Amino acid sequence: MSDPIEFNLDGKTVTATADETIWQVAQRLGTEIPHLCYRPSDGYRADGNCRACMVEIAGERTLAASCIRKPSAGMNVQTGSERARQARQLVFDLLLSDQPGEAHDPNSALLTQAQALSPDGGSFPARAGPKSDNSHPAIAVNMDACIVCGLCVRACREVQVNDVIGLAGRGADAHIVFDLGDDMGASTCVGCGECVQACPTGALLPKSVVDDKGLFKGPADRAVESLCPYCGVGCQLTFNIRDEKIYYVEGRPGPANQARLCVKGRYGFDYIHHPERLTTPLIRRDDAPKDRALPFDPANPWQHFREATWEEALDRAADGFRSVRDNHGSSALAGFGSAKGSNEEAYLVQKLVRTGFGTNNVDHCTRLCHASSVAALMETIGSGAVTAPFGEAVNADVIIVIGANPTVNHPVAATFFKNAAKAGSKLVVMDPRGQALTRHASHMLQFTPGSDVALLNAMMNVIVTEQLVDDQYIAAQTDGFEQLKAHVSAFTPERMAPICGIAAEKIREIARLYANAERAMIFWGMGISQHIHGTDNARCLIALALMCGQVGRPGTGLHPLRGQNNVQGASDAGLIPMFYPDYKPVDSGEQIARYETFWDQTLDQQRGLTVVEITDAMVDGSIKAVYIMGENPAMSDPDQHHARTGLANLQHLVVQDLFLTETAAFADVVLPASAFPEKDGSFTNTDRRVQRGRQALQPPGDARQDWWIIQQLANRLGLTWDYQDVSEVFAEMRQVMPSLNGITWERLDREHAVTYPCDDELSGGKEVIFGDGFPTADGRGKFVPADIIAPDEQPDAEFPLVLSTGRVLEHWHTGSMTRRAHALDALEPEAFVEINPDDMASYGIHPGEQVQVSTRRGKITLMARSDHNIPAGLIFIPFCFVEAPANMLTNAALDPFGKIPELKFAAAKLQKQTSLAAE
Amino acid sequence: MNAQRRHARKFPRGRQLDQTALNQVREILGPGPHQRDLLIEYLHAIQDRLGYLPRPHLAALAAEMKLAMAEVYEVASFYAHFDIVENAELPPPTITIRVCDSLSCMLAGAEPLISAVTAAADPDVRVVRAPCIGACDQAPAAALGHHLIGHATPEKLLADHHQHSHATAKSRLPDYQASGGYQLLQNCLAGHHTPAAIIATLSQSALRGLGGAGFPTHRKWTMVHDQSGPKALAVNGDEGEPGTFKDRYFLHHDPHRMLEGMLIAAWVVGADDCYLYMRDEYPEIIAQLRIEIAALEAAGLCRHTKLHLRRGAGAYICGEESAMIESIEGKRGLPRHRPPYVAEVGIHGRPTLVNNIETLYWIRDIIEKGPDWFNDQGKPEHPGPRTYSVSGRVKNPGVKIAPAGSSVRELIALCGGMADGHVFKAYLPGGASGGILPAAMGDEPLDFGSLEKHGAFVGSHAVVVLSEHDSLRDAARNLMRFFMAESCGQCTPCRSGTEKALTLMATPNWDEPALNALSTVMREASICGLGQAASNPLQAVLRFFPDER
Repeated sequence: MSDPIEFNLDGKTVTATADETIWQVAQRLGTEIPHLCYRPSDGYRADGNCRACMVEIAGERTLAASCIRKPSAGMNVQTGSERARQARQLVFDLLLSDQPGEAHDPNSALLTQAQALSPDGGSFPARAGPKSDNSHPAIAVNMDACIVCGLCVRACREVQVNDVIGLAGRGADAHIVFDLGDDMGASTCVGCGECVQACPTGALLPKSVVDDKGLFKGPADRAVESLCPYCGVGCQLTFNIRDEKIYYVEGRPGPANQARLCVKGRYGFDYIHHPERLTTPLIRRDDAPKDRALPFDPANPWQHFREATWEEALDRAADGFRSVRDNHGSSALAGFGSAKGSNEEAYLVQKLVRTGFGTNNVDHCTRLCHASSVAALMETIGSGAVTAPFGEAVNADVIIVIGANPTVNHPVAATFFKNAAKAGSKLVVMDPRGQALTRHASHMLQFTPGSDVALLNAMMNVIVTEQLVDDQYIAAQTDGFEQLKAHVSAFTPERMAPICGIAAEKIREIARLYANAERAMIFWGMGISQHIHGTDNARCLIALALMCGQVGRPGTGLHPLRGQNNVQGASDAGLIPMFYPDYKPVDSGEQIARYETFWDQTLDQQRGLTVVEITDAMVDGSIKAVYIMGENPAMSDPDQHHARTGLANLQHLVVQDLFLTETAAFADVVLPASAFPEKDGSFTNTDRRVQRGRQALQPPGDARQDWWIIQQLANRLGLTWDYQDVSEVFAEMRQVMPSLNGITWERLDREHAVTYPCDDELSGGKEVIFGDGFPTADGRGKFVPADIIAPDEQPDAEFPLVLSTGRVLEHWHTGSMTRRAHALDALEPEAFVEINPDDMASYGIHPGEQVQVSTRRGKITLMARSDHNIPAGLIFIPFCFVEAPANMLTNAALDPFGKIPELKFAAAKLQKQTSLAAE
Repeated sequence: MNAQRRHARKFPRGRQLDQTALNQVREILGPGPHQRDLLIEYLHAIQDRLGYLPRPHLAALAAEMKLAMAEVYEVASFYAHFDIVENAELPPPTITIRVCDSLSCMLAGAEPLISAVTAAADPDVRVVRAPCIGACDQAPAAALGHHLIGHATPEKLLADHHQHSHATAKSRLPDYQASGGYQLLQNCLAGHHTPAAIIATLSQSALRGLGGAGFPTHRKWTMVHDQSGPKALAVNGDEGEPGTFKDRYFLHHDPHRMLEGMLIAAWVVGADDCYLYMRDEYPEIIAQLRIEIAALEAAGLCRHTKLHLRRGAGAYICGEESAMIESIEGKRGLPRHRPPYVAEVGIHGRPTLVNNIETLYWIRDIIEKGPDWFNDQGKPEHPGPRTYSVSGRVKNPGVKIAPAGSSVRELIALCGGMADGHVFKAYLPGGASGGILPAAMGDEPLDFGSLEKHGAFVGSHAVVVLSEHDSLRDAARNLMRFFMAESCGQCTPCRSGTEKALTLMATPNWDEPALNALSTVMREASICGLGQAASNPLQAVLRFFPDER
């Protein structure tokens, strides 16, 4: 970095840092120069093409674009000279001349800035603009307002790297295109809306803000700074509210997302205004049996339920729990909290179950996502959280993404991986399925499903054999390497190649790449964790990182990409059967004593049951009453017949949710709760960032705040809770959770996000951790060898295919929110199975035809989608579609350590559906 | 579920890969890995084979190169010579006749020629207008496929179905070597010269950038020489300035003199790679260079640098050096912002020496015969020879090597006087962008720096002579139409300004304040020389021929 320079700006001597442009210096000193193609925030590259920011530099023949020009020492710059002013005015005049008669967005940057420079509009002959493109469900495309500034191209190509938008043609014919000049709705557009956020003209707008003619409906009434409720990335956003509805959403420059959002976070909020929203408590009708075979219509609750007052509903709910507790003991009760709820809600749910129900039978959907990763991390390095934020990818030389499809499941995190790959980092993608990251990957390893351990052990074999290990790191920071070394010696690349389907030389290449990298980072997702050998998979990844010393420094680390927006925080808050808040074991006498004092209650001495174990206990009748807040096990749990049998078998089920979910269909009492934009709370993202969600709207009708509902139940179960708001809950959590050191409610409110661990209120949180040891007993990281365990259920003659399940970009989890969001539903409206084109051909199936997929547990009928990213022999079904629920088919076999079911592998059969008459 | 619901996609988002197109693209491109910077070459390869670019093939090319479809499409659609069609079942006519509609050819009757050929052509023939194809001395000129037809008539264009061009150089490698060629280069490589000494010799000569900018050559060489790290050299063979055809002349008659200059330059500045960027309008030159470069490589004369021949695709803007570099990198030809200058940050970020064909052509002779030999060929105050491309209303148009500072009247005399029946009225001293001067200024010395006071410049020394038969208003409109069509579209003043100016110039009475405003914003605020100079002809009409506006 060179030294600051001095130059003359508008007659004053000023100083500029080496990388500052004239525009930035002027802005810093209080002179706002017009700008259209330049977006000062959010990391956009200046392009200098619109010429709205021209300044005069003494001695230069022409004017200069201040957004891109850096001052040099002694330069004499005038920002407001007559020449500069005239040029800017003419630029606006030219642009305004071709604007449509009625503005799509009267508040656009173009029209706002034009008021000062060219208030009468354009004076040159206008030319006809292109027709509007109405093909996208969420984005209005009106290119008659386009000024070809290319901000949308930079948004799409350089910022989010979705690579859909281009600038085609040239001269006066230069125009924005999607792909090869296709309609936006028919293009590869993923709907992230980054282009909409960047567009300075109204050529690209959220459809929600324009009427049928593409004209602006009016400004928002107010804006609320909050978070996205969908995935673990934790994007900060602004809810813009009009007429007490979410009008449109914009990204905020949070530390995780840097103002980026994905299609869900930008266009997926109208579910909260959906007519099926629960607005009053419901009690099951006496004549409505709980039968899993019975059809159920969430739009018509009156078949099964009647309206109730809050008093009646809460009394009924609490009475049911009390009666089971008193008659059958606490172990006959269980509670599911939700990783979609806030930290405070998670804390209250586990406190309710532990102190009100008297059991540790409390869990949430972490069991279905990263329980095995957490088990391995706790066992080896003493902490289940990530060692570095995903943003560290931009500092890594090598990035391994394994068993994850982040452009679909963590779209904004994926943009940073793509940024890194574009900037020259090597991106290694390892997954049986191809994906959008493949194109950006330097190496793509499509290995055989379920063969993770073979592949990873072979990589470690290479690293050990070729002495690429970091001896110093191993000696200083780890324990058990010799055992691991001996263990992996048998896993030569040659022996593993036929098992994992990757050539030995390729395994060597990747092993060397990772081991030799100055800085390398590993990201993984559910492809690693949702196996019966999920914990082993994660152990291998951890061992790989430890033996190469790729932990604890910038650009290195282990990062399980957490699924739900608050799965980290819910786990931290103790919403798991084996731990109190901050992972204090529930079977430790010392901890039991501590919490019995703190909560002033006698506590269960045993570890509780996990999600799938609770389901089993519901089926066998040992669990009789369950409280479910914000989860949908009837859809999300494996082997759905089994799960629904369990739910139907319950004596007492209380469901607290936004909609009558498939789970709520089995409820005795349904409590209408608040949606994310209707509540305050803190949420912890995948990076360990504790962030502030803020209430933007009131819950509809008689729906109530979740924390209030939990407290009401607690009080009815004899607990004397008296929280006045969520900040008081947070304050209580801080008393027992050292992880919240330095993070006060007031600080969260002020800074929006604070990462833990954090030394004190004045320090920033630590982004990259474990540089100086691990929170284990001896401070060392532990190597745990893993053997090859075959998936629980192997394909055979009857069920010859491998079924994998997961998510799609547009739908969140079981779809209860996103399938009620208009744009998301329009983008992915119905159930489908992804099949390799060659398999399609050999089964005689045409794309778009209905097929039947069956496993030993059930069968579903859905549409066949031909997808070359799917390898032959594998099929993939998203689990969000109630009309063809993938979890009717999945295998509930569990990983012995994480207790996570094998959702990524089941033996399946595919059949063409011949008769559609009945559909 | 509601009856109006959309159905799910049968495939992943967006266009699907067409296996037939992919197989064909793979067959044409050969095995990878494919280089991003060769995108334009690949597009040429596909179009050369199929005759056009079907969208399924563009999608396949994108997949094969791991590029976004939009990246391929925006490049393909930028260059005029690429024919994008929806699919292979909708091909364009098999024969394309490009009739030059730039000024010299228009003066020679291009417009009636276009009408006549269009009327008489078969359905499988299409007639399109093309900007200057560098054959102004044979106006009206046209290209039938890749085959140049000078003094074109409807009969010649419709009778001749010979669409391909062939190498036609007058001097091949053995001929050139027989007359002492490459001796100097070998002496340089053998250490008999030093880079510093070569630059010193050049600094005593008056050699300047003859692509039109006139920047002293030795200073450019020094700048690049003094940079560190891997460097590159680019030969600007994108001779697109209307009225200019001198580079074609040199490459046709004596390609190795330029190539030797290039190889010496590469040695002097330390360029690891030399890119020869040739305009696609000169197919016979490209064919010849391909042969001669292979001969040079076989003869071991270019081991100190790697030669890359690159083919433009119909874009005047790529004559602008930074746009050319973008094009060499396989992108749209958008001029870059300066600073940094290409001598500091050029091809793939490397310091790059960019020289015009003719500039390099003179290197060997200046070193061998001395700076004085070169300088003495000029006029007082105007050292050195200059190569004027003279066309328009003169008796014998053509390339005229004459002293620097020659006047247009002297050049007309060299051309045997005005064409019969024509009286000298006005002239373009420097192609489309150099402005228009009246006959009253016919004695002005044509040299760098001497015409700027009249709102004109000599540029590439392309002199187009107009007569009393010619409308200055029409000439200015022709030139503005050219600039509008050739603007890259990057910056507002040029993209929109040329379009608005052309619209205003079509009205019976020009709106002078509006046109002056457009001239101001284009001149002051455009990124590159195209927009900055686009208003020169318009301003010349307002200034010197107010009655014609």
